[in-house]
Amino acid sequence: MNLFDFQQVTVSKVSRHYGRRRALNSVSFHLQAGEVVGLLGPNGSGKSTLLGILSTLITPSSGEVRYGNKLSSVLGADLRRLIGFLSHDLQLYPELSARENLEFYAGLYGQGQPSSLVNEALSRARLAERAEEPVSGFSRGMRQRLALERSLIHKPRLVLLDEPFTGLDDRSTSELIERLRLLSGEGCVVVFATHDLDIADDVLDRAVVLRRGRITELPDGHASLRARYRQLVTSDNSMERRAGV
Amino acid sequence: MCKDIRVESRSREMVYTTTFFAASCVLVFSFAFVRSGRPVVGAEAGIIWVALAYAGQLALGRTFERELHQDALRGLLLAPVERAAIFVGKLLGIMLLMVVVEAVVVFFVAVFFSTALFDYGLLFISLLVAGTIGFACVGALFAAMLARSQSRTVLLPVLLYPITVPVLIAGVNGTLSLIQAEPNLDLARFWLALIAFFDVVFMTLALWTFEPLMTE
Repeated sequence: MNLFDFQQVTVSKVSRHYGRRRALNSVSFHLQAGEVVGLLGPNGSGKSTLLGILSTLITPSSGEVRYGNKLSSVLGADLRRLIGFLSHDLQLYPELSARENLEFYAGLYGQGQPSSLVNEALSRARLAERAEEPVSGFSRGMRQRLALERSLIHKPRLVLLDEPFTGLDDRSTSELIERLRLLSGEGCVVVFATHDLDIADDVLDRAVVLRRGRITELPDGHASLRARYRQLVTSDNSMERRAGV
Repeated sequence: MCKDIRVESRSREMVYTTTFFAASCVLVFSFAFVRSGRPVVGAEAGIIWVALAYAGQLALGRTFERELHQDALRGLLLAPVERAAIFVGKLLGIMLLMVVVEAVVVFFVAVFFSTALFDYGLLFISLLVAGTIGFACVGALFAAMLARSQSRTVLLPVLLYPITVPVLIAGVNGTLSLIQAEPNLDLARFWLALIAFFDVVFMTLALWTFEPLMTE
């Protein structure tokens, strides 16, 4: 049976409105397998909306997203099989244990031999010793690690992460960075939204900056990501002041 | 559905709440409708369906609210399964809960009202099952639709009861035709057929509209 797969994602003039509010405004860009792309921007710039559209949870008001050369609207479940999404809310069931959460999602994604997959995931998340405890008793960082494994348990092609470093300690952050590099090496398309520019600088291949729902080009140069981003924000703020906004 | 059963078995919140509520309904009605040791004729039919409807509404409100914690509903919607299958899973879970409540309600009504509810057991159970399907189907759809709404606790009954009134009326009349002094089986079958018709219509509409409703 030929299963659908893709090596690139093309976002073409995607806009999304919520009533009068324009969350995204004619956004276009291209993603390639093996890339780690950072979605940067201030609060309310449209990062989460864009991730929601890429994950197919949100329908764009206009424009299209192609996975390979096919639209998400014609793909349905075949496409969702290839998407892993870690949202800001972790999509875990607090009443269930860590193992039960992973087993549930492994089953939902039709993974064969879920027990071994789950054991590996628990080991990577350093939660093997607390696998049978309900998630309600976990710290934010522990839940974040578990949720990351939950989003990757089915080996997706497109990995979407919304603020993945939230709540993680140094060791977990380093492990996640290494994991993202591994995923891109395996041919995944990795897109993550973050405010943590120093961490992002370590791992991403390029950045897509959103401001007020539009893509803004990051200045070129050899300066750090933080410095270039600050330069962009400063110049935008100056323009706004001159325009009287 | 298995996941919902497992979650419910840990907290037992919905089972205890809905069962206790339904039993309390029957108890209160028994004081109102049993005088001098004699029940008001036919009151049992209405009491059964009212208790089921109120208890069902409690369960419906809670079912999808659970999925909102940690945005678990999105996790389900991202899964590579037909989204209608998610609806069916939720529906089966709600129906299972309502069956448990029905068992308690029917027991209490039989005890407090001294009613022989199972003289025509197959027809009576068929009425309960068919009515449960119709009520749960509409309720699950509306509960899913309103899950993210701020006013969901207020809006759910406002939307649910007008649509399910035909099912409830048919259920009451069907039950009444079985427990009255001279049971009318043909009439009971008529009401059962009506409920089954509504079930087919509601189920078709629910399966058809669930995915568009869940997509932002």
